[in-house]
Amino acid sequence: MAVGLDKVKAEAVKEEKHLVVEGMDISGHWNRMFEQRVIWDYDIDQLEKVAALPGGESLNWCYGCAKCTAVCPVDIVGDYSPRKIHRKTQMGIDLFTSPDLWLCTTCMNCLRVCPKEVNMIQIMPAVREQAVLEGTTVPPELQKAFEDTAKHGNPLGQPQRKRADWVKKAGAPVQIMKDLKRPVDILWYVGSYPSYHPRGIDAACAAARIFNALGVDFGILGIEEKDDGDSQRLAGEKGLFEMLAEQNIAAFGKYEFNRMVVTGPHEFNAFKNEYPKYGGDFKVLHYTRFLVEHLDKLKPILRKPINLKVTFHDPCYLGRHNGEYDAPRELLRAIPGIELVEMGRCRENGYCCGGGGGGMWLDSFTKEHTTIRLSERRVREAAEYGADVLAVCCPFEVSRFEDAAKSTGHDQLKVRDILELLDEAMRG
Amino acid sequence: MNIVVPIKQIPNLTDELEINAEGAGLDHDALQYVFNEWDEQALEEAVLVKEAAGGTVTVLGVESTGELNEALYTALAKGADRAAKITGDFPRGTDSHTLAKLIADAIRSLSPDLVLTGVQAADDRDGQIGPMIAAHLGMPYVGVVTGVSVKDGQAIVHKEYAGGVMAEFEVTLPAVIGVQAAHQPPRYAPVSKIRQMAKTAKIDEIAGGESPGAGSTIRRMFKPQSAGRAEMWEGSPEEVAEKIVAMIKEKGLLKQ
Repeated sequence: MAVGLDKVKAEAVKEEKHLVVEGMDISGHWNRMFEQRVIWDYDIDQLEKVAALPGGESLNWCYGCAKCTAVCPVDIVGDYSPRKIHRKTQMGIDLFTSPDLWLCTTCMNCLRVCPKEVNMIQIMPAVREQAVLEGTTVPPELQKAFEDTAKHGNPLGQPQRKRADWVKKAGAPVQIMKDLKRPVDILWYVGSYPSYHPRGIDAACAAARIFNALGVDFGILGIEEKDDGDSQRLAGEKGLFEMLAEQNIAAFGKYEFNRMVVTGPHEFNAFKNEYPKYGGDFKVLHYTRFLVEHLDKLKPILRKPINLKVTFHDPCYLGRHNGEYDAPRELLRAIPGIELVEMGRCRENGYCCGGGGGGMWLDSFTKEHTTIRLSERRVREAAEYGADVLAVCCPFEVSRFEDAAKSTGHDQLKVRDILELLDEAMRG
Repeated sequence: MNIVVPIKQIPNLTDELEINAEGAGLDHDALQYVFNEWDEQALEEAVLVKEAAGGTVTVLGVESTGELNEALYTALAKGADRAAKITGDFPRGTDSHTLAKLIADAIRSLSPDLVLTGVQAADDRDGQIGPMIAAHLGMPYVGVVTGVSVKDGQAIVHKEYAGGVMAEFEVTLPAVIGVQAAHQPPRYAPVSKIRQMAKTAKIDEIAGGESPGAGSTIRRMFKPQSAGRAEMWEGSPEEVAEKIVAMIKEKGLLKQ
């Protein structure tokens, strides 16, 4: 916001009739000098209100360098960044009631470049938690996802008892732990979208076939599995997250297994970094890393070449949040025929699909406050690089990018989970 | 203003329901319970009345699912002030006549000004809990209500009739109202708040009395059977429209 003259305090204006500077008489009515404007001209209560929350402290550390603005995926399609949040709260705008509160996808690109370690991954959930408790400004579509998760154990509002129904379509055996009644090597946590969303089910079925082809000794929880709740936590519903964590940890604890493999990066983040705080300490791998371990066995069965130009979208919660950039690429390179091209925004600076931190359930809301969707921006980038396929490894992304490809007129761009590409190469 | 909201939990209809081995009821082991959505509307309206006119909201239910506390904590998180449950040996799926008698007996000691309850529930056999409570208590009853305001010992209620007709009633308090919809959508209770309630709130227990019996018995319960009577019509929209009009006339559905 430009500082206009009307904003300047009258007593800060010096209007000299006669003024001599460095021996020169420069008297005249144009000769106005302003004292430097200080921040205390504003009411900083709003900033203090955020900084007073546990987790909100670091907003106060911002010194306005704007490195975050340059990398914020939301600012690229709108007018929003951590630095702007800091500035606005300094000037008295209430973050608790501002639409800005719901735009952050907790992608972490700002924290990566911030010299002051202003941590939006803690600030945003802390403020959102208060807003959710007060219940006045939560966008209805997000509220619906909370309600569905609380009632049905998944944000899609699907019946809990049908969580393992996808197994019938897998075309390969998938055992439920409750029926197996023996220890397994791998407990596969399938996740909500791979269990219920039609395109998620495609990836889950592909994974089942791959695991079987590799001779993995695995089982799933079936109807004992509930949503991991991590994105709901980041969207401000900490209680819901805690409830789900307790229920999942109890379910994991009922069975013996060596390691857990997850389909999604959000679940990976939850089980690796958050569940241990609630007593659930399990060895967990994202499926990309797990399959890289089996590359020697996997490569010979990837017989059918896929002669396409493929680009890969780094999921924020696999890459920046958990440092895994190589495993997905190793898998793609193992598929014969694939030409892997990198987009400008990749790896540490990877763009965000818009689905994290509750963004998955704020599509219409975010659309109202940005010029285009983050997923649409990303799909355009993939198309600029001439890719035939946009490869992903996060269950949030397939539907987001497929919709975006359609809405931006890039129907030629196919969106595929790496699991689907591996399965296709394997079945040829 | 002393407002009492009787609530109940019903089978979650998102799940497919199963019939029990006896073939005369639901298999309650194979289902989950949720807050009856019309009771949620009644609770919301009660909290709105309280916010407008002052008073306290007491939420009340019969413990028959073993999970009633969950619903009561949710109600407290949404703005109820007190919660009470009627205890006793009541089976899951207890009939509406028994529920109405138990609730009426418990409510009498609370001497309410206003009783707001859901106008119906998906598992009701007769949808009469509200009217029966009113009859037991000797209070007036208005059902299918979409808005309540209270002034000078009277409630002004809006009642919906078929065909989009609305009526405004003045009801002398105390009264029982069957709520169709609150005048704004029920608020969301964050799980954080519900869990906080579960740790701190107290639920009063009221010993339930005798069950009067259901007044009717279920001989057989079964899933809808497909009869294969569907007829598929083909042709242009105009042709199909003519067939539809002819069928409506033939079945005597059209007044001429």
